[in-house]
Amino acid sequence: MNTAGYVSWFLALLLSPLLLGIINRTKAFFAGRRGAPLVQAYFDCWKLLQKGAVYSRTTTWVFVCGPVAGLAAVSAAAGLVPLGGIGAPVSFAGDLILFAYLLGLMRFLTVVAALDTGSSFEGMGASREVFFSALAEPALLLGLAVLARETKSLSLSGMIFALTGEVWTRSGIILLLLAVALFIVLLAENARIPVDDPNTHLELTMIHEVMVLDHSGPDFAFILYGAALKLWVLSALLVGVVVPVRTGNPWLDGAAVLVGIMAVAVLVGIVESCMARLRLVRVPQLLVGAGAFSTLALMLALR
Amino acid sequence: MNVLLMAIATMFLGGLAALGARRPRMATRLGSGGVILGSLIGLVPAIRVLASGSAEAVSYAWSVPYGSFAVGMDPLSAFFLLPVLGISALAALYGTEYLTPYYGKYSVRGHWFFYSLLVASMSMVLVARNAVLFLVAWELMSVASFFLVTFEHHKESVRDAGWTYLVATHVGAAFLLAFFVLLGNEVGSFDFDRICAFGVPTSAGVLFLLSVVGFGAKAGFLPLHVWLPEAHPAAPSHVSALMSGVMIKTGIYGILRALTFLGPPSPWWGYLLVAIGLTSGIMGVLFALAQHDLKRLLAYHSVENIGIIALGLGVGVIGVGIGSPALIVLGFCGGLLHVLNHAIFKSLLFLGAGSVFHAAGTREIDLLGGLMKRMPWTGVTFLIGAAAICGLPPLNGFVSEFLIYLGAFRGGAVNDAAVVGTLSAVIAGLALIGGLAAACFAKAFGIIFLGEPRSDLSRTHEVGWAMRLPMGVLAAGCVLIGLLAPLALRLMSPVVAQLAPLARNVVRAELMTAAQPLAVVARGACGLLAMIGAFALLRLRLLARRTIGEGVTWDCGYAQPSPRMQYTASSFAQPLTDFFRIFLWTERRISRPSGLFPRSAALHTSTPDTYREKLYAPVFRGVVWGLSRLRWLQHGRVQLYMLYIAVALMALIVWKLGGMP
Repeated sequence: MNTAGYVSWFLALLLSPLLLGIINRTKAFFAGRRGAPLVQAYFDCWKLLQKGAVYSRTTTWVFVCGPVAGLAAVSAAAGLVPLGGIGAPVSFAGDLILFAYLLGLMRFLTVVAALDTGSSFEGMGASREVFFSALAEPALLLGLAVLARETKSLSLSGMIFALTGEVWTRSGIILLLLAVALFIVLLAENARIPVDDPNTHLELTMIHEVMVLDHSGPDFAFILYGAALKLWVLSALLVGVVVPVRTGNPWLDGAAVLVGIMAVAVLVGIVESCMARLRLVRVPQLLVGAGAFSTLALMLALR
Repeated sequence: MNVLLMAIATMFLGGLAALGARRPRMATRLGSGGVILGSLIGLVPAIRVLASGSAEAVSYAWSVPYGSFAVGMDPLSAFFLLPVLGISALAALYGTEYLTPYYGKYSVRGHWFFYSLLVASMSMVLVARNAVLFLVAWELMSVASFFLVTFEHHKESVRDAGWTYLVATHVGAAFLLAFFVLLGNEVGSFDFDRICAFGVPTSAGVLFLLSVVGFGAKAGFLPLHVWLPEAHPAAPSHVSALMSGVMIKTGIYGILRALTFLGPPSPWWGYLLVAIGLTSGIMGVLFALAQHDLKRLLAYHSVENIGIIALGLGVGVIGVGIGSPALIVLGFCGGLLHVLNHAIFKSLLFLGAGSVFHAAGTREIDLLGGLMKRMPWTGVTFLIGAAAICGLPPLNGFVSEFLIYLGAFRGGAVNDAAVVGTLSAVIAGLALIGGLAAACFAKAFGIIFLGEPRSDLSRTHEVGWAMRLPMGVLAAGCVLIGLLAPLALRLMSPVVAQLAPLARNVVRAELMTAAQPLAVVARGACGLLAMIGAFALLRLRLLARRTIGEGVTWDCGYAQPSPRMQYTASSFAQPLTDFFRIFLWTERRISRPSGLFPRSAALHTSTPDTYREKLYAPVFRGVVWGLSRLRWLQHGRVQLYMLYIAVALMALIVWKLGGMP
């Protein structure tokens, strides 16, 4: 247990909806629009929390369980990710496995909740979600294994704390490959272009959004907030790898990571502005590509 | 020790009484009662041995050549006895209700006799300390389960499945016979004590291979798994639970027991186990994804989970090779704990599948749907089992996979490319298996229990207490082992100490180190549950005094949704089965819509077992062809048969006399 680490957890819980705003602002900038306020996601959540809800007669308690337990799972996962020098509140040998599986739990619950509606669209989204995540999972865990080997640590906090500039000069190429793999996983897991389009209103082309079509009111607020939190934790992990600022002052290091996370959001916005969604049959190739980057990093680490 | 023999005798006597009973109801009471009573008696010495970490043994004279009635119980036997006895009792209770529709149609008396014989012989396999006794018990186990599989023998498919099982189990037994004969010849005794004390046999590598093939056929290692997807769906559901949850584990027990005979393992044994684990795990889950029959799907998941167990054992053996206590303890402990966990959640899932079949009359996933409302108890317990088998926290499947992962991560720091490469393959493989298993169980649970019924299921109702209680107990087991994992580890320390070439205090120290993260995980699991509760309360508070509407599922403006428009199991799995089609060879039969106003269109997919079709079918066709060449020897003329016998006897006499000085 690390009391100071709770700061990083609270920052995640507090600031994660901001990332959605930054991404949308970036996209608006590229499209020549002014765009919604940065804090739009907070407004959306607040408004949804005030509303009643509509449930399909087909659904059971599993449908309600999806957003509630899913949000709990991702909040728990956020408690394992450090913010640079500010460690995570909970860290132990092997917490990275728990981290990956908590995200898996959230996904499983979302998928089952989607199937509970009996809608063909939601079934379609659920089917694609499990397909892509099954391919993203090995890339993520293999990448973390390489990281564990490079830093000789088995916990996320320990690994990221040990990733100094010195490690980058020693094995920069390995870390670079890892960062690419992690970024692809981040895009896929958060349903971002080029894997999925979060903004489209054509149900056939969506993955994550189509799975939550039937949710409304507070349930939907939980989903929106959970998605933002998931984006935050994966970004924090990525930034922990690529921003090796370790001055020894946790607040300074934490600030560097915060700036980095915002930069990741901008980067996601840029990718979304410059790219089209891939055809669905191409997405697996991208994800296998991420796995290949992780494997390559491993082979280089084994030299 | 005598208590356990008494328990085995109780089961056997119960079975005999069931065979003699006049009415099926009486037979059920006697048979299941004998098994339940015997199991409860047998659990006492098993728990005592595990708690104290000591071993017990007795030996009686036996008139069988080379044999002695030597039985004993050490922590390894006791650990495997726990699931064997526990699941047997629960499945027997379940069977009392499950079998009622079969009264009068099939022989319930025979069923209970063979059921108790199976449980008794499995227990005997685990405590036998002599190769002859072991093989006799092993054969009894195979034959008893054969008769259980062929319970509905009026159906041709069931007879086929039984036949496949019989062939596969005897091919395996042939390798075991070779294993024990070679080993016994070298040692000069068939008693396990003497074999253990002998030291390192010269042909340890060959012996290890023989044991992997022989025991692997029972465990379901790929490509020896072909009998599993045939036999498990054919058997009554509580028998499937017993066979899949427990009986295949005797194969794992056998491999572990063989490891104690063969001295320090060579490094390649570990690599072989990892390779077997990866192929069984990944191919098992892929085949499972492509199935439409619920029990067939579950049977393939047994192949997958046996793969995970093999991965754990492989990590442990690699650890012995490089002399790393952490790897040894984490690998063996993870693999063994997964044995127990798989017994619990796989039995739970098979019992759930049986309840669905009992109530709805079909195992075809695409005909089901919306059962959560009609069978809430089965639904909840099935969901717990499904989440547990996917390795999701905070349930028991996560704990054992966590240990194997941790072992693989720990070993990543070694300076040996082969070891690190293999262990990284373990990590990537486990991740892929986990992802695919989640896909498969989202499909199985989602299509069967959620959505709208895809056929007329209006008369479907929840099953009775005798079927619900075992499912509830097993689901509670999934949750409890997940939350109390550090305690479970403490229980396992004598078992691991027996397998690992380490001092007992080293094992205990390593287990303590391994238990530390698990303690955090367990606390985290409680935190997770608390957060779920908090968010659920928050939601209730928010929704209080607000309007909560009800309507049809939003189908994007389409006004008349019908249950037939839902995603089915086949369509759900289609992207994955297409992506992995080079392994699966899914067959499709399409009748395309044609004409201006097409009336009908249909798509059928089926995924037969590639190994059965492409590997074994040609071999067995060849055998049949070769044997049919010898048909002329068998023509029905009795006097010629007498001549064969006379000639054979003459030849034997001449040979024997010729050998004399």
